[in-house]
Amino acid sequence: MLEQNISSLIKKLRQKEITSVELTQSYLNKIQELNPSLNSFITVCSESALAAAKKADAAIDAGTAGPLAGIPIAHKDLFCTQGTLTTCASKMLSNFVAPYESTVTARLEQAGAIMLGKTNMDEFAMGSSNENSHYGLVKNPWNLNQVPGGSSGGSAVAVAAGMAVATTGTDTGGSIRQPASFCGITGLKPTYGRVSRFGMIAYASSLDQAGPMARSAEDCAHLMNAIAGFDPQDSTSAEVDTQDYLADLNKPLDGLTIGLPKEYFGEGLDSGVADAIMQAVKEFEKLGATVKDISLPNLKLSIPAYYVIAPSEASSNLSRFDGVRYGHRCEDPKDLLDMYTRSRAEGFSKEVQKRIMVGTYALSEGYYDAYYLKAQRIRRLIKQDFVNALNEVDVIMGPVAPTTAFSIGSKTDDPVAMYLEDIYTLSVNLAGIPAMSVPAGFSNEMPVGLQIMGNYFAESKLLNIAHQFQQNTDWHLQTPSMDKGA
Amino acid sequence: MNWEIVIGLEIHAQLSTQSKLFSGAPVSFGAEANTQTTLVDLGMPGALPVFNKEALRMAVMFGHAVNAEIGMTSVFARKNYFYPDLPKGYQTSQMDDPIVGVGHLDVTLDDGTTSRIGITRAHLEEDAGKSLHEDFHGMSGIDLNRSSTPLLEIVSEPDIRSAKEAVAYVKMIHSIVTYLGICDGNMAEGSMRCDVNISLRPKGQIEYGTRTEIKNVNSFRFIEKAIYTEVERQADILEDGGRIIQETRLYDPEKDETRSMRSKEDANDYRYFPCPDLLPVVLTQEYVDQIKQTLPELPTEKATRFMSEYKLSEYDAGVISSTRPMADYFELVNKAAGDSKLSANWVMGELSKLLNQNQTDIKDSPVDAHNLGLLLARIKDNTINGKTAKDILLNMWNGEGSADEIIDKKGLKQVTDTGAIESMIKEIIDANPAQVDQFRAAEADKQKKMIGFFMGKAMKASQGKANPGVVTPILMKLLKG
Repeated sequence: MLEQNISSLIKKLRQKEITSVELTQSYLNKIQELNPSLNSFITVCSESALAAAKKADAAIDAGTAGPLAGIPIAHKDLFCTQGTLTTCASKMLSNFVAPYESTVTARLEQAGAIMLGKTNMDEFAMGSSNENSHYGLVKNPWNLNQVPGGSSGGSAVAVAAGMAVATTGTDTGGSIRQPASFCGITGLKPTYGRVSRFGMIAYASSLDQAGPMARSAEDCAHLMNAIAGFDPQDSTSAEVDTQDYLADLNKPLDGLTIGLPKEYFGEGLDSGVADAIMQAVKEFEKLGATVKDISLPNLKLSIPAYYVIAPSEASSNLSRFDGVRYGHRCEDPKDLLDMYTRSRAEGFSKEVQKRIMVGTYALSEGYYDAYYLKAQRIRRLIKQDFVNALNEVDVIMGPVAPTTAFSIGSKTDDPVAMYLEDIYTLSVNLAGIPAMSVPAGFSNEMPVGLQIMGNYFAESKLLNIAHQFQQNTDWHLQTPSMDKGA
Repeated sequence: MNWEIVIGLEIHAQLSTQSKLFSGAPVSFGAEANTQTTLVDLGMPGALPVFNKEALRMAVMFGHAVNAEIGMTSVFARKNYFYPDLPKGYQTSQMDDPIVGVGHLDVTLDDGTTSRIGITRAHLEEDAGKSLHEDFHGMSGIDLNRSSTPLLEIVSEPDIRSAKEAVAYVKMIHSIVTYLGICDGNMAEGSMRCDVNISLRPKGQIEYGTRTEIKNVNSFRFIEKAIYTEVERQADILEDGGRIIQETRLYDPEKDETRSMRSKEDANDYRYFPCPDLLPVVLTQEYVDQIKQTLPELPTEKATRFMSEYKLSEYDAGVISSTRPMADYFELVNKAAGDSKLSANWVMGELSKLLNQNQTDIKDSPVDAHNLGLLLARIKDNTINGKTAKDILLNMWNGEGSADEIIDKKGLKQVTDTGAIESMIKEIIDANPAQVDQFRAAEADKQKKMIGFFMGKAMKASQGKANPGVVTPILMKLLKG
């Protein structure tokens, strides 16, 4: 039952082969069984999930059910969910019960999906390994000694280990795609502005974007149908019409032009990963696509630009966590300054503090031009690279990450190595284009993700391409045995 | 030394929008703490701002009114600093690309001199909440009702050269924003607040001296007094060979002194950067032009029209057009009275006196403009004289009815019947033989002065109802015998 895709589950629910209560209970059982070792969930909402499932069953009976009625999913713990703990995996928000619902979670609830719980993540979405959580690190089900990637590590693991049909994630510099790649699942980072950020606790507002994480492109399309679209509560959300993301999944790929940027296949790329990606590209050629070598010359600048822009915005976004109105406040503050400094020093981990300090520095008088403004100029160059490339080709393909999942603890003392993990993903956020991670094979017995990048608002096309690939491969159907590294 | 005073002003005008600058919460004064707030004003995690287009319209109106360039692309920026009543840890404001650019205003002083004051810019920003330091057992309370209330910060060039000029400029801005209906101008409630930048330099020197900024001065009178006090303080320091420290100061009206709040060294580095949660505000020429069409007649234009249309003096026209309610009131009075000079005198004189005595706003005057005009019409048609009219105005103020009702009820109609007046005067002459003899013995020019005595008797005898225009010739005739 747990290996079903959303389309078949919907069918079984509608045909009363199963009930949502049964389905939800089976996922809750799986969470109970696996979460102690994987640590994928921060909060499990058994009671409310079963109550919602009961309602979904009634709605199905009454013929008033939404498109995702009865499907159990989970949310990254930075979406505000009314009445439930929303922690951002931080001590700072370890006591924060959101008084309102984010647009993403509200739309999924509206569509009838059941919330099983809130998933673990790197604190405030800052990290690439999910080792930076107040609630402890998350383990990769393919090898328990290895990281699941981050920051949406808990969401990726929940899907990979069968603890949820699908999950939501957010991607500021690769936080959907890289854990999807490391855990062998499918993830989509939509175009910036395609999905509302309202109620999503901000890391870097100009880069953050929510998206689906699931077993397949088709499942991602189901979630996109619920969450995509303009939201008047988010001024940066795009007033561009949405599509039925399921409608174009079966379009043939004849005539598709794929660009392979040489910068994605250079030094630092693991040969096993490179082989898997080239194998996947060959598969596309078989499906009628042609391949073209292209260049994204400013790719290497994306790391310094990102690590100025994202921390700058974060330093400001995280100012509201001051101990005054909600969240962690230190014991017995002796004055206002003491309350601020101690509450924040205690509430934020070192990684978060580091990024706040970097951002504060970059925005300071006398440094602003040299850092922030220069980073913005680089951002425009990177965007232009993609615009130019996507004038020549339909989509760009490459690896999501230079390696497969790495060992827990292996990069925690080397921040630069950790930041280099994001070399292939950051530029997409800087440009604002959509991109996917699609399972494309294994290297060293760990999953490899193929990255597919497309033009603005080309989510439908990306899902179509990924779906066609998944119709002809079975990488996305592989499941971890859960006994490696145990 | 002969010092030249250099003043620049920053005025914060609270815009009269229904809802806040970045949220749908209502803007209101005096509500219970933290009841006029949404997620956005509380700085909740994940909450996002949505720009209030009404505030944009108001800012563009102001731009037109001060002959300014309109920022066709304006950008909101975050001004980052920590304060308990600043819920997000930053204030959303505008920095490099404000909605209103360079403009100017012509300001006329009481002595009739006019000077042009440059306006550097005006930008939109959100207000902070309030910290409450009483009744919390040694702790502080936070009220976020005011959080995200829209402000227009109007920055002048350092073109102002005296306290009087500064006050005239602030009054002009006050007059413009209230005319436009974009700010209620209530300084006591903080709807308009003023920061005054002051420096001195030797007359003739081109470079500016070091300035101090006096924060949050909230009345015309305090602006004037704060400037006098600060100028004196700076002059004393400079005369003694000292140096002015660039700092922010507070004016204490009770002690009539300014004192240091924080020096430049303590100033925050606000780390301004464009707000990534808000898109740049891009205007079309059509929108900007369309708003220009909606501009009402502004105070200066109105004063000019009052001078030409109603033949008012420059002074009278200036006073009456200084607020829109007074100008509107005057025009209604005049319409009913049919005498602009008489109407202007009464609005600026007797009515203003009553309003001041009762601390009543002209908008809330118990005597409405039409009824005051009808009263004045009775002076004009000789039904009553001016003195009686003042008494009637008081009766009207106290709600005793319209002018005509009071005239009827109290029988105050002027007596113009020459027969009745003649017999009354004969009685007066018979009763005062000594004064009559003196009058008859006097020179002609002395007689003119002496007639006042008999006039007084006549008014008294008629209980003020005798028409002086009828009494005088009869008196002269009978006295001369």
